Amino acid sequence: MQMDERSVKGQLVIEAKNLTKRFGKQLVFKDVNFKIDDGEFISLVGPNGSGKTTLVKIIMGMEKKTDGELLMDKSQTVGYVPQFRNVDIDYPLDIESFVRLNLKFTMNPKKRAENNEIIKQILEKTRLTHLRKRPLGLASGGEKQKAYLAQALLNDPQILILDESTASLDVEVKMQLMDLVQELNQKYNLTVIFITHDYDLTKKYTHRALFFENNTIKPISVDEISEAMFE
Amino acid sequence: MSFLSHTLSEIGFAGASFGILIGISPLAGMILFTMVSSVAVGSLSSESSRREASISAISSLFIGLGILFLSLSSESSSYATNILFGSIVGISSKEVHQLMILSLVVIVIFIVFYKPLAFDSFDHIGARSAGLPTRMLSIAFLVTLALSVSIGAQIVGSLLVFILLTLPGATAKYLVHSVPKLIMVSVGLSLAGVWLGLYLAFVTNWPVTFFISAFEVIAYFLGLTYKNWKLNH
Repeated sequence: MQMDERSVKGQLVIEAKNLTKRFGKQLVFKDVNFKIDDGEFISLVGPNGSGKTTLVKIIMGMEKKTDGELLMDKSQTVGYVPQFRNVDIDYPLDIESFVRLNLKFTMNPKKRAENNEIIKQILEKTRLTHLRKRPLGLASGGEKQKAYLAQALLNDPQILILDESTASLDVEVKMQLMDLVQELNQKYNLTVIFITHDYDLTKKYTHRALFFENNTIKPISVDEISEAMFE
Repeated sequence: MSFLSHTLSEIGFAGASFGILIGISPLAGMILFTMVSSVAVGSLSSESSRREASISAISSLFIGLGILFLSLSSESSSYATNILFGSIVGISSKEVHQLMILSLVVIVIFIVFYKPLAFDSFDHIGARSAGLPTRMLSIAFLVTLALSVSIGAQIVGSLLVFILLTLPGATAKYLVHSVPKLIMVSVGLSLAGVWLGLYLAFVTNWPVTFFISAFEVIAYFLGLTYKNWKLNH
């Protein structure tokens, strides 16, 4: 990945101006304004159903906004680690093959060699090299999350979105995963958007937060984040 | 997937008997029915669980329709036996050519869509998140599945076609863990079953389908045993 050469810290990556989203008559959020800078580690907090995932889907182009503007450089790629995955104990692919699913198909031997190199680097970065041949269905919760993360990082995104990726993990494993994400954020200036219900993780890792409540989204600093927001 | 191929083979049965009724070839009737239903199912965007319930209701209707079409047509019941149980040695050389062309179509679709199809099949949520056109892919998948059912039904019959479509794949899951290897092992097991079945049928004069299904089922349970053994060692 050459993220460090490509972007300068502090540049704007996403800006919402009077952004509004409705599903039919149901209002999700209205006239929302916020900015997300390059290299930020920002968390989205607020009750279930307050529109966090909806906002993320609008950012990724999977959902349309109702009104207002969402300014984004179209050349930016977004890596997304979704909340749920259908991986049961009988899931057939090993970790490396699972990560590979996100690669473009090529018959060109030179491109294939490049792809192999990319996979090798991603597995090293996510500390999965020694586990690459383990069937994903048999991997632990933390290992699975790392594999999801590795797959999302494959196309060299500038923005990484984690949708409650730590929700089902033990405290220690959560910290390991977040340490890894923090390292990617700092070393490669990767912008991280972290949807979470975890107060401690938000305090410890993120630079600031967007707080979703009563159909609005309010940018808040780390100091303003309170435990009450997670109830 | 196993559920869908089972249902498609029932729909195929109705299609084949419809073909006999209106005087076109059973293969053409089968392709017509399975293709139309594949596209219809693939276009439904509803949740897969709800989809499965409605599919199983529809498939019962198709079995009934198949029986109705057969009884309305004046053909003898040997046709029904052929459709249900297949007649690999009774296929004419013209039909062999038709099946070869259809198989080529399946292979071409498969190669063109290989990467996105693999992504969508093994990680639907990831594929959707990565922006793949999953609706279109699911239709492409169902169309190839429909064609495969129609081809396979000529050989082992519509009752057992799902054995060739699902069991080798299920066995492969226990043995290997990458997409190319899964494909190679499942294709290998299908071929081995069909060839061995043909040979044994020739020697014993028992039905081919019996040997094919016996081979695939034994391979499946050996695979399962291997997996459990590996888990404990």
